[in-house]
Amino acid sequence: MSDLILTPNINGADDFYAELLAAHEGLDKAQSDALNARLVLVLANQIGDRAILTQAIQAAALKE
Amino acid sequence: MNKIFEVPLYAYERSPDQDASSPVRHKVIVIGAGPIGLAAAIDLAQQGIEVVVLDDNDKVSFGSRAVCYAKRPLEILDRLGCGQPMVDKGVEWNLGKVFFDDRQVYDFNLLPEGGHQRPAFINLQQYYFEEYLVNRVRELQEAGAPIEIRGRNKVEAIGTHPDHVKLEVETPEGSYTVEADWLIACDGAGSPVRSMLGLDFVGRVFEDNFLIADVIMDAGFPTERWFWFDPPFNRGQSALLHKQPDNVWRIDLQLGWDIDKEREKRPENVIPRLKAMLGEDVQFELEWVSIYTFQCRRMEKFRHGRVLFAGDAAHQVSPFGARGANSGLQDTDNLIWKLKLVMEGKAPESLLDSYDMERIHGADENILNSSRSTDFITPKSEMSRILRDAVLDLSEQYEFARPLVNSGRLSVPCTYDGSPLNSADALLDGPARTRPGSPCPDAPLDEGFLLPKLGDRFILLTIDADAPDLIEEDGIEVTRLALSVKDDPTLELKRRYLGDNDSAVYLIRPDQHVAARRPNYDENQFRHAIRRATGKE
Ligand SMILES: Cc1cc2nc3c(=O)[nH]c(=O)nc-3n(C[C@H](O)[C@H](O)[C@H](O)COP(=O)(O)OP(=O)(O)OC[C@H]3O[C@@H](n4cnc5c(N)ncnc54)[C@H](O)[C@@H]3O)c2cc1C
Repeated sequence: MSDLILTPNINGADDFYAELLAAHEGLDKAQSDALNARLVLVLANQIGDRAILTQAIQAAALKE
Repeated sequence: MNKIFEVPLYAYERSPDQDASSPVRHKVIVIGAGPIGLAAAIDLAQQGIEVVVLDDNDKVSFGSRAVCYAKRPLEILDRLGCGQPMVDKGVEWNLGKVFFDDRQVYDFNLLPEGGHQRPAFINLQQYYFEEYLVNRVRELQEAGAPIEIRGRNKVEAIGTHPDHVKLEVETPEGSYTVEADWLIACDGAGSPVRSMLGLDFVGRVFEDNFLIADVIMDAGFPTERWFWFDPPFNRGQSALLHKQPDNVWRIDLQLGWDIDKEREKRPENVIPRLKAMLGEDVQFELEWVSIYTFQCRRMEKFRHGRVLFAGDAAHQVSPFGARGANSGLQDTDNLIWKLKLVMEGKAPESLLDSYDMERIHGADENILNSSRSTDFITPKSEMSRILRDAVLDLSEQYEFARPLVNSGRLSVPCTYDGSPLNSADALLDGPARTRPGSPCPDAPLDEGFLLPKLGDRFILLTIDADAPDLIEEDGIEVTRLALSVKDDPTLELKRRYLGDNDSAVYLIRPDQHVAARRPNYDENQFRHAIRRATGKE
């Protein structure tokens, strides 16, 4: 079984982060919430692996 | 012409029981002539067990209520002798459309799996379903079967005893007392029997109201299922349009929680809503209108001594996914053969506890699925709405999001995994869908289909394997059904029952669920399996 990656894994982290912020620029709260929700779903589909998704949900909840 | 649901189909008649000097004892009494009570009674009568059905009414379901009947219930109805009229009259559909806001986001074809005698499901008014069941009761009566329906017999009180149940029944001519060895309570979601016995019914109420309307129109709408999320004609809510026979269309409109039900039900308020949905110039006539609040709940136990609960009396689900009547039929399918063996002294009373266990498993699965659909259709928090809308927006452009759209999932029968009646799976790499506990999937044979050859009794299905034609184990007779992949023109039998194996032997219960399977016949092992399947091990 594979594990959720919780060590640095994004090449060009600053670039990615700036792109994420840029995508929200000019959006109101509702539009931003909607964008985030769509993004979560797109990424979840890319991962696909149910076990990893469960680990990701748990990791995001910061409830260790 | 009167609608079928306005005509008394089992009018009150005085029964000799009302004039008996001491209470008459029946084998089985079923309370409630709804679909589940009637199915239970037909099953019993077909097997020669005397049964009386008591109902406080004398007509079939008022208005349509249940609309969708899935394949498994149709197969059960085949065994009860009423599958054909259902399929003949019912409407089959495969195409669905999903709308969000003011646009169609996608459409789908269900592409049902081939190689089954019955369709994935049909749409049919509940009153027709009940009428066909009543017709079947009459047919059985004509053939001399011990079955009776007593209309306008309202059960007012119940007394439970270790070996029987006593009932006080109110009729237009006064009340009488009657007894039964066994009682099956199919008296619906509001079950008076449940209250009389002081039993619980816990779960979740969805704080929402739905306007359910059946309209008659000649509109050129295609035979498809249309579902709207947040449409302009019902802002913030959902809507459904579905076809039934006779140009009757089912419309569900979500109304929200804070409404005045009586007001909303009035035609002067309903008609403008429907016009906004269907178009100003569409001609239609209202057949039936009702407002529902949906709930998902069940009893903690379905068996209470000699009282067995089935159908809505035992569990209630929201209608998304069409599981109410469908799962109720699976209750009686599971119950009746067990009750018969117990009544005949061929199985211990504890076999009935497996009814409890297996059907609670089924009810929980249905409640889970219906709750999930309801949560998607009627999001209850800001974030669940945001996520729901995100799924819908994505579904318009990307296929990946479509499986997440949940406007009701098809009702499929449950597999009794972990049931004490199952024997360990001994068919190595056998198909998962026919593992012990599974409902047998149908398969086309050279002549006809597989399922009509099963049912009502234990069967030893052999596929390219030897076995005796009849096994008797402690009063239980098991008859062999010998098949070969040579009888299997489409190879579906092989695909569904053998996998990569060259042969297989299945022990199949009277409700067409698999009890045990092995690559070959092994007398000792199958005798154990029969004992297990009848609660003796
Ligand atoms: C809007 C709507 C849509 C639905 N759609 C679907 C669907 O598509 N597919 C599906 O499978 N299910 C559907 N259902 C659910 C389905 O209608 C029920 O699950 C089904 O009717 C349950 O049958 P039943 O026999 O258990 O109970 P009921 O049909 O409620 O019958 C109970 C009977 O008991 C009688 N009774 C009650 N009290 C007494 C008493 N004291 N003495 C004597 N008799 C008594 C009543 O008169 C009644 O005849 C839907 C329900 C609704 C409301």
